[in-house]
Amino acid sequence: MRSRLGAFYVAVLMLLLVLPLVVVGGVSLNGGQNLRFPPQDASFRWYGELFRAADWTGPLRNSLVIAAVAALIAVAVALPLALHAWGRGGALSRVLYTLGVAPFMLPPVITALGFLVFWVALGMYGQMAATILSHGIFLVTLPLVTTSLGLQGIDPALLEAARTMGATRGQVLRTVVLPLALPYIISGYAFAFVLSLNEYIIAYMVAGFTVETLPIKIFNSLRYGYSPIMGVVSVLFVGLAILVYGAIGIFGNLPRLLGAEQVREG
Amino acid sequence: MHDLSLRGLTKRFGSVAAVDDLTLDIPGGKFICLLGPSGCGKTTLLRLVAGLEEPTAGRILVGGQDQTDTPTHRRNFGMVFQSLALFPHLSVGDNVAYPLAIRGTPRAQRRARAEELLALVQLPGMADRRVHQLSGGQRQRVAIARGLAIDPRLFLLDEPLSALDANLREHMQIELRQLQTRLGVTTVVVTHDQKEALTMADVVIVMDQGRVQQMGAPMEVYRNPANAFVAGFIGTSNLLPGRLLDTSTLDISGQRLALGPGDRVKCPPGPAILSVRPEDVRFGPDGLPAHVTFIRDLGESVQIILDHAGQEVTALFSPRERPEVAIGHAVTLTFAPGGCVVLAP
Amino acid sequence: MSGRDAATPTWLGLIPGVVLAALFLVPFGIMLAVSVALRDPSGSGFYTWGFELQSYARVFTFFVGRILFVSMTIAAGAAVISVALALPFTVILAQMSRRAQTVILVILLSVLSLSEVIIGFSVSTLLSQTAGVGNLLALLRITEQPRAYTPSLFALMTGLCYLTFPYSVLVLYPPVARLDPELVEASRTMGASPLRTFFGVTVPLLRAPILGALILVFVFALGSYLLPQVLGRPEHWTLSVHITDQAVYQSNLPFAAAMAVVLLLAALALVGLALLVARERRAA
Repeated sequence: MRSRLGAFYVAVLMLLLVLPLVVVGGVSLNGGQNLRFPPQDASFRWYGELFRAADWTGPLRNSLVIAAVAALIAVAVALPLALHAWGRGGALSRVLYTLGVAPFMLPPVITALGFLVFWVALGMYGQMAATILSHGIFLVTLPLVTTSLGLQGIDPALLEAARTMGATRGQVLRTVVLPLALPYIISGYAFAFVLSLNEYIIAYMVAGFTVETLPIKIFNSLRYGYSPIMGVVSVLFVGLAILVYGAIGIFGNLPRLLGAEQVREG
Repeated sequence: MHDLSLRGLTKRFGSVAAVDDLTLDIPGGKFICLLGPSGCGKTTLLRLVAGLEEPTAGRILVGGQDQTDTPTHRRNFGMVFQSLALFPHLSVGDNVAYPLAIRGTPRAQRRARAEELLALVQLPGMADRRVHQLSGGQRQRVAIARGLAIDPRLFLLDEPLSALDANLREHMQIELRQLQTRLGVTTVVVTHDQKEALTMADVVIVMDQGRVQQMGAPMEVYRNPANAFVAGFIGTSNLLPGRLLDTSTLDISGQRLALGPGDRVKCPPGPAILSVRPEDVRFGPDGLPAHVTFIRDLGESVQIILDHAGQEVTALFSPRERPEVAIGHAVTLTFAPGGCVVLAP
Repeated sequence: MSGRDAATPTWLGLIPGVVLAALFLVPFGIMLAVSVALRDPSGSGFYTWGFELQSYARVFTFFVGRILFVSMTIAAGAAVISVALALPFTVILAQMSRRAQTVILVILLSVLSLSEVIIGFSVSTLLSQTAGVGNLLALLRITEQPRAYTPSLFALMTGLCYLTFPYSVLVLYPPVARLDPELVEASRTMGASPLRTFFGVTVPLLRAPILGALILVFVFALGSYLLPQVLGRPEHWTLSVHITDQAVYQSNLPFAAAMAVVLLLAALALVGLALLVARERRAA
């Protein structure tokens, strides 16, 4: 299928994929309070407005705090789990691994409802901490998968070599395993950060009325009054995602991270 | 200079004994090659000595101290792995200094020692390079330097040269041997390459099926193999089945062959195998009838393949001594005095 | 691993074990308890603890049955379209240079991680009266007046395919990338055209991963919550929407929980099936 037809097919689909984003980008440039495309009186006015308008800066701050801390929690849970599964194997670590991957495989509304009743029972419903912890658990899958991939790529002879040179188990972990897995751990953090930023339903069910995040704010705006700021946020989110994944692509091996074993160089 | 002693060392994987009740004494300061075909247990034996595998039974003693229950990281050995196992996230210098860093040696001292070791393996000034910038031979040297960083009690190498191409490998064999002679560290190298073993070793240990088949000086093992396996595995041997009639007469497919004083007989009368090196096969007026099936001119030597009663026999001549024969010619084979070893089948 | 001891200490597994049990299993347990709890008729609180199967009885009514049928049909449609589009896409992608693959994967990942809200907003803008397609068609004088194409089933399917296409590619990517290229080359040397090779060699080799991808994409589409509200009409609302609606707006947590439990069991069964398919392929 390495034909011109094939390349054309890929190009058309990529174009269709990018098209709505282009339209939204255009919409964000409207000068007035309307959503026209092509934009009228093009200006970057609403880009400044996002950081000024009080009803948008709150959600912006909420989203960033939640994403930063939740991704950290996800990594803190995923790292020991990945290490355990990799270093020991066995039934227990398989069960734990499945638990770690499960939140992501199921329709998120189920997880969201589970968290809702959980936080209601604990009396933490509506608090930002509840959103953060929920996101942290929900997103464990991403750093778990990337870190496990990184660990699987480590030549076992490196660990044995370190042992023969006098390193204790802890020293081997610290001086060999963690440095080699670090790029994968960082990738996992980045994935979790971006997805937390974009996550809607869990944030909404756990604390939607008190802790507004950007996706919740956009959805509310879709119902109660459109504004080009929605386009601005979309553009920023797309930009951030491209930045993060682009960085992983440049400094890491994205095809391998996503499951390809060998890729032609070039 | 630490001796290595094994007492009844055994390692089983399920019902298979990879190392089967080995008892050995290896003198300190020597260069030892563990030689055998793949799957003979030589790598398992090395890993047992390193503490990377736990023995099913038996003891390991180094310098008289029992090491069997000492964990790997407290044995103070140096080891070079088949894959070299250089750390990709560390510079060349940090790789070499890793064992020192683990032992808490101050940075400046570590740095100096790394430079010294890199100079020793002819890589001076390479400390700041990354591992992936080095050639295969250079990586080999870094791995050797790293293994020697702490003046190890034992220096263990697992097929260390197998990744190199033929020329470089021969060069590194000589270099490794010279380095060991200079440092005097007791060194154990695992290899499946008998030429490599003959080049480097003070003592060759030939293993098969988890057992030691023969242990001795390289030329001793070559000239005087203990059994048919060793004769076949070390160098090329012609192995001809026959019958030993008495201590000095052999019957090979109906032809009587008188053994000389230099020939060795290692089995009682009865069925036997005659082992003769190709360089000891000669054409003479009186001997085993054969005909030429193929001639290989190898430049430095000429190999003539012969057929004696359905058995393939190889003879090796220097180009100056090349006999005037062609494919299909009938000849009679004799054996150089002292070239015959009669082994149990 | 070393034959002597494991690379990690035992206690290391405790941290994630305890955290996941407390924050993932316990919530599901509570949800299960809520699904059989008694609904407080006064409407002041949500529910009181107890045991009744009232909520489950409601789940298996014609009303919920219809919702489930609509959800599944819409999700299945989106899964089939997405995977059908994604398969040739992924096969071509896997043959590209690493640089080109990386660029396309970055874009796919970026779209995949976009909030459903933003995708809904983008597609609805694209299909709206004032921007995008409606405008374009009017500009080209194909239609008299710019018109909106949303909300409609078409808009919803477009949005769902947009949502699931990158996911389909990423699910198909590992097995496609690991396919031995020599099999395809062998087919080509024996005279098969690229198209014939694709249908005669590539697709049969990937039968199990394609089936697995269909199931996973189906479950993924089933979880879609915002698109049906933004792009579809109320009759297109999926079970996810109704669960949220019951939980948040109707304050009927037991009924929401019962629906969620049924959805959970269905999803678990399907994911299990997908994993089974994947394992059988590895064994073969």
